[in-house]
Amino acid sequence: MPFLDTLWLVPLFPACGAFLIGMLGRRFSRRGVTTLCVGMPLAAFLWALGAVRELQHLPGRQFEQVLFAWLPSLTAASHSMGADVGLLLDPLSAVLVLLVTGVGLLIHLYSVGYMAREGGYYRFFGCLNLFLFFMLTLVLANNLLLLFVGWEGVGMCSYLLIGFWFKKHTARTAAMKAFLLNRVGDAGFLLGVLLLLRVFGTVRFTAMTQALTRHAAPVGLITAATLLLFWGVTGKSAQFPLFVWLPDAMEGPTPVSALIHAATMVTAGIYLLCRTHLLFQAAPHTMAVVAAVGAGTSLFAAAVALVQTDIKRVLAFSTISQLGTMFLACGVGAFAAGLFHVVTHAFFKAVLFLGAGSVIHALDGEQDLSRMGGLARFLPITTGCMGVATLAIAGIPPLAGFVSKDQILSAAWQASPWLWAVSWITAGLTALYMFRLYLLTFHGPARWATRHPAQQPHEAPGSMTVPLLILAGLSLVGGGLGWPASLGGANRLAGWLAPVLARTPEAAGSMGLMAVAVLLAMAAAGLAWVVYIRHPQLPRRWAARWPRFNYWLHEGGELDAAYTAVFARGLGKGGGARLARFDDAVVDRTVDLSGAVTRLAAQLAAWWDVWVVDGLWINGLAKLSVLIARPLLLLQSGRLQTYALLMVFGLGTFLLFYLLR
Amino acid sequence: MDFVAHHLLTIVLLTPALGALLLLAVPRGALGALRGLANLIGWLGFAVSLPLWFRFQPAGPHFQFRESLAWIPSIGARYSLGLDGISLLLVLLTTLLGAVAITSSWNVTERAKEYYIFFLLLQTGMLGVFLALDLFLFYAFWEAMLVPMYFLIAIWGGPRRLYAAIKFFLYTLVGSVLMLLGILLVYFQHGAPYTFDLEQLMTTPLPAHLQLWAFFAFFLAFAVKVPMVPFHTWLPDAHVEAPTAGSVILAGVLLKMGAYGFLRFSLPLLPEAARDPRVRSLMVALSLIAIVYGGLVSLMQQDMKRLVAYSSVSHMGFITLGIFALNPTGLAGSVIQQVNHGLSTGALFLIVGVLYERRHTRAIADFGGVASVMPRFAVVAMIVVLSSLGLPLLNGFVGEFTILQGAFQEHWSWAAWAVSGIVLAAAYLLWLYQRVFFGTLENRANAHLHDISGREFLMFVPLLAAMFWIGLYPKPLFDVLRQPVTELAQRVRPGWASAGTLATAPPTAPSGGAR
Repeated sequence: MPFLDTLWLVPLFPACGAFLIGMLGRRFSRRGVTTLCVGMPLAAFLWALGAVRELQHLPGRQFEQVLFAWLPSLTAASHSMGADVGLLLDPLSAVLVLLVTGVGLLIHLYSVGYMAREGGYYRFFGCLNLFLFFMLTLVLANNLLLLFVGWEGVGMCSYLLIGFWFKKHTARTAAMKAFLLNRVGDAGFLLGVLLLLRVFGTVRFTAMTQALTRHAAPVGLITAATLLLFWGVTGKSAQFPLFVWLPDAMEGPTPVSALIHAATMVTAGIYLLCRTHLLFQAAPHTMAVVAAVGAGTSLFAAAVALVQTDIKRVLAFSTISQLGTMFLACGVGAFAAGLFHVVTHAFFKAVLFLGAGSVIHALDGEQDLSRMGGLARFLPITTGCMGVATLAIAGIPPLAGFVSKDQILSAAWQASPWLWAVSWITAGLTALYMFRLYLLTFHGPARWATRHPAQQPHEAPGSMTVPLLILAGLSLVGGGLGWPASLGGANRLAGWLAPVLARTPEAAGSMGLMAVAVLLAMAAAGLAWVVYIRHPQLPRRWAARWPRFNYWLHEGGELDAAYTAVFARGLGKGGGARLARFDDAVVDRTVDLSGAVTRLAAQLAAWWDVWVVDGLWINGLAKLSVLIARPLLLLQSGRLQTYALLMVFGLGTFLLFYLLR
Repeated sequence: MDFVAHHLLTIVLLTPALGALLLLAVPRGALGALRGLANLIGWLGFAVSLPLWFRFQPAGPHFQFRESLAWIPSIGARYSLGLDGISLLLVLLTTLLGAVAITSSWNVTERAKEYYIFFLLLQTGMLGVFLALDLFLFYAFWEAMLVPMYFLIAIWGGPRRLYAAIKFFLYTLVGSVLMLLGILLVYFQHGAPYTFDLEQLMTTPLPAHLQLWAFFAFFLAFAVKVPMVPFHTWLPDAHVEAPTAGSVILAGVLLKMGAYGFLRFSLPLLPEAARDPRVRSLMVALSLIAIVYGGLVSLMQQDMKRLVAYSSVSHMGFITLGIFALNPTGLAGSVIQQVNHGLSTGALFLIVGVLYERRHTRAIADFGGVASVMPRFAVVAMIVVLSSLGLPLLNGFVGEFTILQGAFQEHWSWAAWAVSGIVLAAAYLLWLYQRVFFGTLENRANAHLHDISGREFLMFVPLLAAMFWIGLYPKPLFDVLRQPVTELAQRVRPGWASAGTLATAPPTAPSGGAR
């Protein structure tokens, strides 16, 4: 098995690309950069394809390979807590590896055209290759801690790429915001890992699974751990309450938005849930939270997407909403359906972003929907592809989005009619805002002006349209991967995933549910046509009637302002500044004060020394002795005669004494 | 050859000091010769310490490469050196950073001769602290090291250098005088035959209340050095005023002496005091306060060096937290984090130094858009920043995670508080990076900064290499640490064992089975 045994080459290819670019990037010609940085994902994709083919023939369809020990354990007798650099290829990671390398390759190709006129060409591709390395590490990791390496790594690449145009203030602020909000999530993730490590003594997926099948799970601890992991997921996969970074992340170049902020990185949360689904299923309370957060976020973000005017922000909120739908699926236990939607979403959302990119490209950087319109004539390929993707995301049969969304709706129905109702309304809103975007961009009157009137917007070069066409084709037929039994299919994806993720049975009366959903999507499409093409004054009038609500929606629920006030200004700057002043005024002042007190004491001591010790005691004593000596001094005159006289007196006294005795 | 093999530690210890003697002979005016020779000696010092790494046997006796000579027989003081896994890593860190610091001083022209001599003497002092196994010898090195550092700050420092130097000197001195009392307390308790030998003193039975007194005497010395909140305010001043290389050594090595003191003396000599729940709670509380407090305060600093100084307070909080988790994981994490902090913060100060040499200012507001004119430097700085904020696959993460793991084993809330420090680290470091490197070149003075030279790049190379190495393959570090930290944990908490986990528990029948 040449490919499986060298599975580590799959992440290593893009890592080499990134390394070479990092070392000698500026010495490469553009052509050299292109060859290297598109060649590496291609190599990774082909290698992964070979490995997955070999995996098919493997009994149990699971391949685990420990390359070397990374973080050893100091307390376990085995010196291991499973935190190795090791890879795990099973049907679940196989799907993601192919998706990441495949879509990644196409988007690399697209970027060649898109970034052709930008400075920092090599920097862009270096970061993109580095991203693929970390994403593949995340997907192929055989343990939770190595997955976390990829998890943080993709966040770092996302930071670098959002801030690609680092001279732009909004871009670098958005980049930092993304990193920090992800860090807030990751703090929870890390605690979750620590708790699981405490419970299981290992972070290796296969060992955890084994322990779970052999022992009764401590539900309380597992609930806590999974909630902590899910907290991390809300950061990376942009769910309530940490989603606010994703709309701002659109400051990055559009291919980045397509690859990182739509197709791959943000879906890492769903992959994590699938990877650890046994843990989540052991914690029903967490599952309820996941479903609720997913449903709530999807509905809310769809409503927000409806009033956005920036084409990329519409797509960003759409992504948040679609991710919410996937979490809803996971929350009701339909992990395979959630993963299927990851795949189809990667196809059509990539088309939407790349299509939007080619519109922006054609209009010299214009992103405002109110200054677009009527572009179908000039950009036929883009229009066609965007049309397909819009139909797909809206859930029109038989496109990819229809099939995957239908499975989620069916699973939601089985869990609770309420959840189904929420996701049904979300689906309707999705069709509405997507047709709004499509119609406002490509149809109706042209509301744009090119810089040179003579210059017409034109279709992008082949390197950009080819990936677009391929992805549009996949959006068209991708549903075939999981075509449901009720429509005469075999759901091959669910079958492939079955060794890892249990199949979810289809709901009874699924045909009815399907019909209701499709009808709603079509009605929404019709409504979009009426409101945005026939009577374009209507939305403005509605917005004017509820200005406060409109503003609230447009600002994404004003969470941003709240976070800025509480954390950035309040805790960060306010608290930090206050503490810094405290440090200067109290802590340091105490030190200086003790210095001053010491000096005062020293001065006192010096005074004491001069006036008391030296003055009173030493000099005083001396004075006293002088005082006492003064009378004696009279005798010590130094005159010989006096001494002679005194001697005579003395001798006379002695003589008298002896004679008279 | 035999002589060399048996006196490796003495050679490592005395190479810088002998080099300083050699420098004395070079005429004052020959700047090139002084500089070249100092660099040669610095890197030679690193080279002679490398055999320690290769000859050290992780499974061998606790202290290796031992040397012992009578020094002052009348009081029982001996010249006694030895190395275990903990000091091995710190010695290597010291020799590496010492060499890098000397290379970074290339542009020091004022009194260069004295500068290099003081630096090399400082190097010997620091190595002595890590190598001494005799408390009297340790104390002698501990105090001796203060003098050159004092002069380095007071002569080659910034505008408020005298204030900073005296503050540094007195603060440390007050602590060490108390430590001397602590040492004497243990010494006299041991009684005849009087000795300062660490291993013999460890056998002294000390009543619990005396242990507490001795612990606090040691604590003050070490806490000032670490520094732990609230004894930290000498650090920002000393860093701001010290020359670049001084800051590198101060942050990279000197701060480690406090942590090393806890590991080498407080814990093994006074185990009962160390495991006393009151003492431990206090230590952990101070560590957690340092992590959060240092992070928040550093968020608001306007001066790059002050920012990095406060970030050190936060990072050192992790290290003391790991120590007072009092389990092998936390202890090992704290040693690894000491190495990491030395590398990352040392590199951060070098980065500030590179900018300062070009612009003669450290105010963050004076910069912006530096990435456009110094792209190569921007990449180096990015890696250093990422290492310092604990990005996995770089060194910082390995230490922080291990410490968190050790803390979590004791109480989940310790780890929960500490984790907020990781978020704060990302905030202050990325914000710093963003304000200095990103953006447009608004300040015209920055428009013509030249990118880092080959010499400047070379001084970063070993640090970057070590960051990647520890991040990617930290196993050798854990291997040399396993034995000493396990013994230490056993000594402080006899019978300590981690709780069982599901992976090690014997299998039970699945619940809900038929009865």
